[in-house]
Amino acid sequence: MRRLNVNGVQREVDVEDDTPLLWVLREQLGLTGTKYGCGIAACGACTVHLDGVPTRSCVRPVSTIEATEKIVTIEGLSPDGSHPVQKAWVALDVPQCGFCQCGMVMAASALLQTKPNPSDQDIDEAITNICRCGTYNRVRAAIKAVAQGSTKSAGLSILHVDGSVT
Amino acid sequence: MLMHDIPADQIRAMLPPQLARRLGDGDQADGLPRRSFLKLATAGGFALGLFPMLAEAQDAAAPALKPGQQPAAFVNIGRDGTVTVTVNRLEFGQGTHTGLAMVLAEELDADWSRVRAVHGTQAVAYADPAFGMHLTGGSTAIKNSYVQYRELGARTRAMLVQAAATQWNVPAASLATERGVVIGPGGKRADYGQLAEAAMQLPVPTQVTLKDPKNFKLIGQPTGRLDAPAKSSGQQSFGIDVRVPGMLTAVCQRPPVFGARLASVDDAAARAVPGVKAVLRVPLHDGGEGVAVVATGYWAAKQGRDALKLQWNDADREKVDSAAQLASYRTLAAKPGHVKYQADLAPLAGAPHKISAEFQFPYLAHAAMEPLNCTVQLDGSGAGAKATVWTGTQMPGLDAAAAARVLGIQPENLTLHVQMAGGGFGRRGLPTSDFVVEACTIAKAAQAAGIAAPIRTLWSREDDMRGGYYRPMHVHRAEIGFDAKGKVLAWDHVIVGQSIISGTFFESAMVKDGVDTTMVEGMPEPYTLPMRLSVHHPKLNVPVLWWRSVGSTHTAYVMETLIDEIARTTGQDPVAYRMGLMGEKSARHRAALQLAVDRSGYGRRQLPAGRAWGVAVHESFDSVVAYVVEASVEGGQPKLHRVTAGVHCNLAVNPRSVEAQIQGAALMGLSMCLPGAAITLRDGVVEQSNFGDFVVPRITDMPVVNVHIVPSADAPTGMGEPGLPPLAPAFANAVARLTGKPLRELPFKLA
Repeated sequence: MRRLNVNGVQREVDVEDDTPLLWVLREQLGLTGTKYGCGIAACGACTVHLDGVPTRSCVRPVSTIEATEKIVTIEGLSPDGSHPVQKAWVALDVPQCGFCQCGMVMAASALLQTKPNPSDQDIDEAITNICRCGTYNRVRAAIKAVAQGSTKSAGLSILHVDGSVT
Repeated sequence: MLMHDIPADQIRAMLPPQLARRLGDGDQADGLPRRSFLKLATAGGFALGLFPMLAEAQDAAAPALKPGQQPAAFVNIGRDGTVTVTVNRLEFGQGTHTGLAMVLAEELDADWSRVRAVHGTQAVAYADPAFGMHLTGGSTAIKNSYVQYRELGARTRAMLVQAAATQWNVPAASLATERGVVIGPGGKRADYGQLAEAAMQLPVPTQVTLKDPKNFKLIGQPTGRLDAPAKSSGQQSFGIDVRVPGMLTAVCQRPPVFGARLASVDDAAARAVPGVKAVLRVPLHDGGEGVAVVATGYWAAKQGRDALKLQWNDADREKVDSAAQLASYRTLAAKPGHVKYQADLAPLAGAPHKISAEFQFPYLAHAAMEPLNCTVQLDGSGAGAKATVWTGTQMPGLDAAAAARVLGIQPENLTLHVQMAGGGFGRRGLPTSDFVVEACTIAKAAQAAGIAAPIRTLWSREDDMRGGYYRPMHVHRAEIGFDAKGKVLAWDHVIVGQSIISGTFFESAMVKDGVDTTMVEGMPEPYTLPMRLSVHHPKLNVPVLWWRSVGSTHTAYVMETLIDEIARTTGQDPVAYRMGLMGEKSARHRAALQLAVDRSGYGRRQLPAGRAWGVAVHESFDSVVAYVVEASVEGGQPKLHRVTAGVHCNLAVNPRSVEAQIQGAALMGLSMCLPGAAITLRDGVVEQSNFGDFVVPRITDMPVVNVHIVPSADAPTGMGEPGLPPLAPAFANAVARLTGKPLRELPFKLA
């Protein structure tokens, strides 16, 4: 049995050592918000926080994680979707198919933790996640909205169909 | 998919007999399925179903229906006033669950904050009312179900109003509705939730009056997605997240060459992997064979598969080589094929100006973010066997029919629950039902091997990338003669590419005189040109499929770059030249292009040094999108900076969704241009495997996209695909203005 600290709770799992954290979360612990997209750390759909650091769980063998390391998944970011990043995601209607968005939210929340007011370059470097639906502009706008504490003025000069500007 | 123009009787002729018979029972003379309404028993509250035909409605009303079951209800109102709308389309990002729920909620006068949307099943009630079969594709959801969902909302509202009128003993006409409440004389109010059960006892009105669009409160308002909170918090369940008690996971090794069979299987090491329950040799839908490893979870199944030692017999299979294929396509393109349009080509020889152009387009993978998956539960065997299937599919009716066939059970004993899907772009709409058939084959083989558990078959990213069903590779050849004013004197055009439709049940309706209509869609409209257009459809051992916007992925590129080149050659402004060539009949094209021009500042604003404007306009699936873009070349690579869209989709039900679809389709159009965006084959084997070698755009590739919609009150047309086709040609036209050289190959290559 292996012990893991997931979303603030000590969990015990019975898995092979080489099993990536992703599949432990999804299949042993039922935390399916963390997604499988590529299995090679290329797309970021599986991003979780490991002691606050955004980590691609699809290539991280569970045996390399200590019981004391704090794993936070999308389900643990807030109990009710009230994390500022999640609120901005909803306010700016970021998701389309939504499959990549949990990873996006985890990458964005980790970025904002270390850089509360990220530059465009910071965002480019931190958001290496793949979205096939083309939500990238709304992702950027939502991150800036959180940084500025307002969903109305992300400073991107994106004119929306309703006449609003983010 | 271009299917919306096929008569309903032809559709039925193409369907599997079971589905065709069921759909056909209720025919009316106009070819549309007869509609009838039925109230469905629920544990409490109200449920209204709309059935395409009476026979099915009677089936569904049979006593077998248990309280709480709603096999075909479209709208359910709970005692707490929550309105649950069942949407008859797959939600995979395009926003149809929000859009069609808005349409119903508008006529219902529902409280939008208490509306939610869910998926349906393969029940015949959920067939597209215009198309006659279950389909999410061809950007048809809003277009074909706009009236359907308005009527459902209006009928439901009428019954709630009548219930209140009876309760208060006042005429129904004296009552008003607002935000989920019926309002009576003296300000009396009753919530829909309180009235739901009484409304259920009333007859469904046969006639209802729909709102005058000028009274719309919800339709036309930029509205947030219903699923945004769930998708931002990890609560949204997708097909891959389905968990059935006791479920096992299967990973299937498919042949490296399409259709190959197994020569030998050594599974000793695979069976020794902890967690592996079975290794099953299974027939595949295309005649090939595969080996499925069934295990307690994905990782164990994958480890087991990696340990297989397999030898393949592919001696009789064609082994496609992309370089050789290109050479043969180029040879074919030099001569005319099956003719779509005829024209007098005599003026070509003596034309003052000529363009002789060849275009190349590679195979493209859909590469949706959620890899393909399908979960199957079998209950019992023999005549009474039942099955439940969970999967994200664009064609649940066909898939369910195929699943029942493969499992050898009666179609009525199978239920397919449509699941939210993480993208699809066409890959989840298979005439062959490939991934559903395969999952059912594996579940059946597992059952035969003594495994009673439900089986989820999950594709790895590599499986998904190498699994075929690509946007076909194409070569176009154009010989164009024109005069100094840009008047086209003759245009000889040949397209070479595999037919998507040939060999499927759509063939009789969509392949005409040897021409697959999906390959030529978008040509030469909106321009009236003396064009001879002919096609070759070589057959190759690579499965092909529609890919978001289908034929327009290449026809728009060819047309809009060539039109631009004629304008450049004759020294004309590309916007003015297009406006002149389109003529008065293309009012929507002109309006969309003019809007994009006006809002972009084209022709009025000075661009920074090194940037150029690019323009393109294209109609697909009855909507028109025009792009005016700004691009540059940086370090030898084309770079797209800014996109201004002019959109004509008639009435925009949810402008915010239109904006998102343009942003998404533009990015997918851009994806075709990026180096590395190609599927190639060598010795019959796909060379790419994952996002490392099949390049997709990242956040750093995303241009600014501003979207503008031409105001219109006409019945809405679709927006899932039309934003894609004009992006790549607009980008290419800007680059050509910078380099002086046309780009005739996708992905872009600057020599």
